[in-house]
Amino acid sequence: MSKSIFFVYLSKINKINSIYNLQSTIENHQLQRGSVMNIAENMEIEKVAATIREPVTDSLATIRNMVSACIQCGTCTGSCPNAFAMDLTPRQLWYNVLMGEKEAIFHSRTFFLCSVCYCCTLRCPRGLPLTDTMSALKQMAAKENLAPYKKNIRFYKSFMESVRRHGRVREMEFMTLYFLSMKNPFIPIQFVPLGIKLLGKGKVSFEIPSKGSGVLESIFRKVEALERG
Amino acid sequence: MKYLYYPGCSLEGTALEYNASTQAFMQELEVDLLELKDWTCCGASAAEATSFLLSLALPAYNLAMAEEMNGSKEILVPCSACYLNLKKVEEKSRKDPELLDKINTILKEKKLHFHGQVRVRHLLDVVAHDVGPAKIVPRVKNPFNGLNIAPYYGCQCLRPYPVFDDPEEPRSMEPVIKAVGAKIHPWNMGGRCCGASHMTTKPEVALELVAAILKAARGADAIVTVCPMCQMNLEAYQKKISEKTKEDMRMTILYLPQFLGLAMGLSEQDLRLDLNLSITKKFRDKL
Repeated sequence: MSKSIFFVYLSKINKINSIYNLQSTIENHQLQRGSVMNIAENMEIEKVAATIREPVTDSLATIRNMVSACIQCGTCTGSCPNAFAMDLTPRQLWYNVLMGEKEAIFHSRTFFLCSVCYCCTLRCPRGLPLTDTMSALKQMAAKENLAPYKKNIRFYKSFMESVRRHGRVREMEFMTLYFLSMKNPFIPIQFVPLGIKLLGKGKVSFEIPSKGSGVLESIFRKVEALERG
Repeated sequence: MKYLYYPGCSLEGTALEYNASTQAFMQELEVDLLELKDWTCCGASAAEATSFLLSLALPAYNLAMAEEMNGSKEILVPCSACYLNLKKVEEKSRKDPELLDKINTILKEKKLHFHGQVRVRHLLDVVAHDVGPAKIVPRVKNPFNGLNIAPYYGCQCLRPYPVFDDPEEPRSMEPVIKAVGAKIHPWNMGGRCCGASHMTTKPEVALELVAAILKAARGADAIVTVCPMCQMNLEAYQKKISEKTKEDMRMTILYLPQFLGLAMGLSEQDLRLDLNLSITKKFRDKL
């Protein structure tokens, strides 16, 4: 905890305009660390940190707590198989979470590019639940139906809709629900060759979306009620 | 040996051959599998992306039903995604009684209660450790001498819970592959991510990951997998990747029980080899 406050403070005193250059800033100011720590000992740091944290909305607080001990070492970025396709690296994402930069976080494609491989979680020297934090950001985006993630959210929600109806996912129904929700004829077309192959093998069958037995309906409802609080 | 059996949704659809070969292999080894009655979806990666509570409630429902069955205290799961979702409930509820209470509040809707008394086991764990090479060797009828096999573990049977293997450098598949006479293809891609469901939502990213895996497997006669998602990603897009990279990326991809089953003399029909999407002619000639 104190380490993250230290980083918050460090960035504040150096008036960092860009949120992406923390690491070089740390290197540049390594010599100043001693003096920074002295101020920290004077409890000044707590005061500054409190003023910085104020504007962060509660909705992000739980997620911020998950990574509050992040030391910005970048092991997560170095371990991530999808980092090459991300706009913010995982390390940069955590920095934005710590800073409460909702705009930057929820315009980034980073967390939906997490394929849940757990390499970062396994290697994080602070033992932080980084994969779970990526999922928490996905959950928040899904709950608020954020426009930049329409495709991912519809994909996952179509899947869950099929499960809710039938208890087990029906792959063709789920894909049909997904394609219908996307209202884009070009998305299904790219899956036609594989779909035909799988139909031929009897692995999937044509399924018109149907109501189903509703075996999981009570569980889904109870979860929704608990989440509404 | 006796286990409860949770096949999961994929094994009823795109991974029918994983289900068939797991059952045939286990039967040959006189291991009883008792399918969990009325099992439901574990939530896959979709529940986790939409609701934390739902991602635990769905697998917990199945574990609670498993506890009501008097077959075994261990539940065998071949799909790595299902395995991790079920395992997560086992692990999290043990460490967090408050969370367990919340889960049980939800399960009350189905008049069920989860006590945390059932142990979740991945198929690979059971094959490598409970069955092991000692029981496989005497049953080998067609040894795969001279074949080079690349063991592919994927992610979720290894991480985040290091239950039965090294999550960084997995080796658990090697003794059973060697038990049927084959050699291990030397590579370090066995625990690398295949991109999972990115193949549908972000194919450009997943194709990149799969291309790297297929390329590293070059020189092997086959890649052997233990997860329906890995299997599908590795086998279904080889043509696309070959076109993209202008290299021949064709490679035989088999599920572990299919590969071991073939060596033990099980028929291609029992192992449903007809359902695989990528078995090269070169590999067939070696059978």
